[in-house]
Amino acid sequence: MIEILIVFIKIVCALVWFLLLTLYLTWLERKESAVIQDRIGANRASIFGIRILGLFQPFADAIKMIFKEDFVPAFSRKFLHTLAPFISFFFVAITISAIPFGDSIRIGERTISLQILDFNVGLLFILAMLSLGIYGIILSGWASNNRYTLIGGLRGTAQLISYEVALGLSLIGLIMVFPSLKLSAIVHYQGELIFGFLPKWGIFLQPLGFLVFLFAALAETKRAPFDLPEAESEIIGFFAEYGGLKWGLFMMTDFMEIIVVSTLLTTLFFGGWQVPWMAADGFHWPWGGEWLLSHWLVVVFQVAAFNIKVFFFCWLQILIRWTYPRFRYDQLMDMGWKLLIPLSLVNIVGTGIVMSIL
Amino acid sequence: MGYFLFFLLAALCVGSVLGMIISKNQAYNALFLIPAFASLGGLFGLLEAPFIAVVQIIIYAGAIMVLFIFVIMMINVQKGVPPEKKKWTLYLSFGLAVVLVIELAVALKAAFTLPVSTETLKAGPVNLGRLLFTKYLYPFEITSILIIAALVGAIVLVKKKEQE
Repeated sequence: MIEILIVFIKIVCALVWFLLLTLYLTWLERKESAVIQDRIGANRASIFGIRILGLFQPFADAIKMIFKEDFVPAFSRKFLHTLAPFISFFFVAITISAIPFGDSIRIGERTISLQILDFNVGLLFILAMLSLGIYGIILSGWASNNRYTLIGGLRGTAQLISYEVALGLSLIGLIMVFPSLKLSAIVHYQGELIFGFLPKWGIFLQPLGFLVFLFAALAETKRAPFDLPEAESEIIGFFAEYGGLKWGLFMMTDFMEIIVVSTLLTTLFFGGWQVPWMAADGFHWPWGGEWLLSHWLVVVFQVAAFNIKVFFFCWLQILIRWTYPRFRYDQLMDMGWKLLIPLSLVNIVGTGIVMSIL
Repeated sequence: MGYFLFFLLAALCVGSVLGMIISKNQAYNALFLIPAFASLGGLFGLLEAPFIAVVQIIIYAGAIMVLFIFVIMMINVQKGVPPEKKKWTLYLSFGLAVVLVIELAVALKAAFTLPVSTETLKAGPVNLGRLLFTKYLYPFEITSILIIAALVGAIVLVKKKEQE
């Protein structure tokens, strides 16, 4: 009974973390783009005259979206048209269940790992769910029964399945270095040190794999410079026939994908919840000496480290989105098939050679 | 809980396959196959083979069906193939159905007496990869040649049509 309760609490906490971060990423996006373009950005939403940098803006947006008319075009395939945004949202939201937020906490005699579901194949699970999320795009484009949305949906699907190949291949080198598909085990491997001082993070062992993964993952989030599926400013994208909360679900899916990519980058290449030189009992400095901490402080440090890394990558992705112009479609396909896939294959071979020498 | 999940997934799988057979629109046919493959993945998961479950979902539901649907939606075939009403197809399908039922009965009978070996199923990705590259190396490579042969055949067929 208490086990079920613990899992329930974990699910609620993870979802609240995920959705709150999603809401505030919309705020961060508006503010960051405003700073880049020398504007002020959203700062008007207020509660009783209090407006702290427009921090209530996401809630105002949410209320607006919920109370908009839920419009389904008469010419669309109604059931699939309604189903598509939920598919998109669900398969991104479920990936949070495999992400390790921290090691584990001890309460009395019970050890609770800070991860909802510690899959044996957690990494593949996340990739599988992300690949199922593509159906949201292709269905929304097709079920709207509109040529522009259909072409947008096909464009989006072509982009996503092309970059999924590079995404998967770039991770093979990492799996060779950290021989596990279990995300918690991958994070544990990254707690060791190379040469006695350098943390054994994925980025130090797999720099090329990291670059390929970063570009492929940026393409998977469907935002500028890879925003051809939506292209909100000029081309018509796959969700042109949606409004209100269903449009909002697609928008939230985008921001949630940013978070999922950030958590994956953190977990796979930047040590997850690992703090450099920190073990389960405190810091052990490589130049000698130690700073012992209590169990709870260690947990706080781990969760804080995870969150800081994730925030950093969210910030970085928004920065990239507002800095670079869009690729042309042929450039996009060339980059996916002729640059990233060969590079990831080179990475696999190189990793194999280095591993067999060492 | 396990039984409940099994019957739920099995019903979903059989139901969507039935929908696939009954539906006349090609796009819906392909769409019905996705829940079938996904629930089949779930059934593998219930058998404590998470690796095969996830790979089933990635390859069939995530990759192959996306390509199918991509092509179907791009060509946009709306009307189904007109049903052929020939006498001999009726007799042939009846005969084939009888053979299928007998085959299923034989398979079911064999399945009840099959020795339960969870050893190979529980083997994780490491053991699976090791077996594929040592014991089953030749079947594995021959399968890949077969798949490439099918691909090359498809390309040759398409090329011939273009030249005419």
